[in-house]
Amino acid sequence: MSLDQLYQQIILDHSKARHGSGLSQTEAPEGASTGQSHQLNPVCGDEVTLRLAVSDGKVAQVSWDGAGCSISMASASVFSELAEGMTVDELHGVIDSFREVLRSRGKVHADPELLGDAAAFEGVARYAARVKCAMISWVAAEDALNQAS
Amino acid sequence: MAVVSTPATLERAVPVMDNAEVLRIRNDFPVLNQLVNGQPLVYLDSGATSQNPLSVIEAEQEFYEQRNAAVHRGAHHLAVEATEAFEDARQTVADFIGADYAETVWTSNATEGLNLVSYALSNAALWAAQGRGDAGLKDLALQPGDEIVVTEMEHHANLIPWQELAFRTGATLRYLPVDDAGRLDLEHAAGIIGSRTRLLAFTHASNVLGTINPVRELVALGRAAGALVVLDACQSAPHMPLDVKALDVDFAVFSGHKMLAPTGIGVLYGKQELLDILPPFLTGGSMITTVTMERAEYLPAPQRFEAGTQRISQAVALAAAANYLTETGLDRIHRWEAELGQRMVTGLEALPGIRVLGPGAGQERIGLAAFDVEGVHAHDVGQFLDSKGIAVRVGHHCAQPLHRRLGLTATTRASAYLYNTTDDVDRFLDAVSGVRDYFRA
Ligand SMILES: Cc1ncc(COP(=O)(O)O)c(C=O)c1O
Repeated sequence: MSLDQLYQQIILDHSKARHGSGLSQTEAPEGASTGQSHQLNPVCGDEVTLRLAVSDGKVAQVSWDGAGCSISMASASVFSELAEGMTVDELHGVIDSFREVLRSRGKVHADPELLGDAAAFEGVARYAARVKCAMISWVAAEDALNQAS
Repeated sequence: MAVVSTPATLERAVPVMDNAEVLRIRNDFPVLNQLVNGQPLVYLDSGATSQNPLSVIEAEQEFYEQRNAAVHRGAHHLAVEATEAFEDARQTVADFIGADYAETVWTSNATEGLNLVSYALSNAALWAAQGRGDAGLKDLALQPGDEIVVTEMEHHANLIPWQELAFRTGATLRYLPVDDAGRLDLEHAAGIIGSRTRLLAFTHASNVLGTINPVRELVALGRAAGALVVLDACQSAPHMPLDVKALDVDFAVFSGHKMLAPTGIGVLYGKQELLDILPPFLTGGSMITTVTMERAEYLPAPQRFEAGTQRISQAVALAAAANYLTETGLDRIHRWEAELGQRMVTGLEALPGIRVLGPGAGQERIGLAAFDVEGVHAHDVGQFLDSKGIAVRVGHHCAQPLHRRLGLTATTRASAYLYNTTDDVDRFLDAVSGVRDYFRA
């Protein structure tokens, strides 16, 4: 597999764009219930703190701070774009699907209908050492979602 | 005709290593001869673990084919053969570092060696408090008010065992800071190492900065304070001549897997008079004289610290590795690697957006270089290099406090050994020059 299949253009774009980045600059919408989770990968020092706001059963806002490799930062950015506006149940489904693809060692293909830009991380599944990088913000998100809903 | 064997004449007599010799050396290392991602492997991660030459692999295989048995137990032929091989290996490795046979203790790795010293010392406090063992244990026991001194550049293996020793004994842990260039300031050190210092532990060569620490000066400070001195020789024993007696350290540790031997074997050197009175760390079979249901008496070193069935084939293999290094010449290896280290730093410094940790080009360093790439995380750098068949290490290299001191969380490290050519370094540099473009930094 070539490097470009791992570092897809979408991933490189998102690693620079970092949608949703800037916890302290955003305030959760009034009346929303929020959850926040900090995750650390001690192997490489990747770190993400992600806050998720839910109101009326929908994800109203995702906001995060983090430091890490391009895969981990892009994955947080993609997640933020994808999750906003989803119902809590929909988001659980998306997170489960993403996890299944990433843990499959390349056997399970991503469904672009369901995962959108996150489907670009399919290639990461073949690099066992990088799966955690792609997952870290999603693990934080799942934890935050459980707190908020 | 008078032959005067000054170091200078010796230096001229010994030819320096060159690429032609390294290419011959590489033939001894089967693992290096392979393609990774379609390109010939460039292995620049020997600081983490090194590769084994055929003579080492064969020594281990020969042991299993011809002599495998438990040592120091049983009177049968194989047991005698195995014991002989095991103890001969100890003598070989003792000679390799200028130690005596009984001062050379087998461990699993350097980490275990350091923990052994840490626990033996806190056990000394327990024994001394109850009047058990040698009267001299009193002087080794740490207590509140005493200080343990390490440096800010230590590998976690030479930091955490001392944090825990401080916790167990009530002693205080202090450290010698590093400056921005990654060096210890000796004047500063003289203000920290003092009458309260009971133990001074530091690395001979830094696995991140590549600096070689001033061992003699530090030992002198430790001696003046009456402290025990522990040397982490993980990055020196495999790469340069090491004489623990000449350096006058009390303890020294290193790992076999970083010096052409398999994993699972390491060495603790300790001065005989210390090893013979220190309480054991692990207890059980093979390290006792008399055992009753209530208590046991222990053998002197080295068996005192080798409880249970030992790593026999690994010890034999480590001796083969020591022989391989001795035959090649550690002085020559050291000079060759220093040249590769300079080539790395000079090349890296010439690239925009690269910050090399530790001493700059032209200053002494061992054959490794850790660096930060502006705008690109070390994990991505490592992945990019891997796609070109180049193996490096990424992360904090088990030195989080040092990285924090330098304002970083993760770096990329290339580390060379006697089987690396200047071509390896050039391929590495060429690849690094493309990293920032690829990641649009
Ligand atoms: C300077 C230094 N000290 C200690 C260690 C620990 O060695 P090991 O993990 O083999 O016990 C290492 C290896 O990573 C090292 O480079």
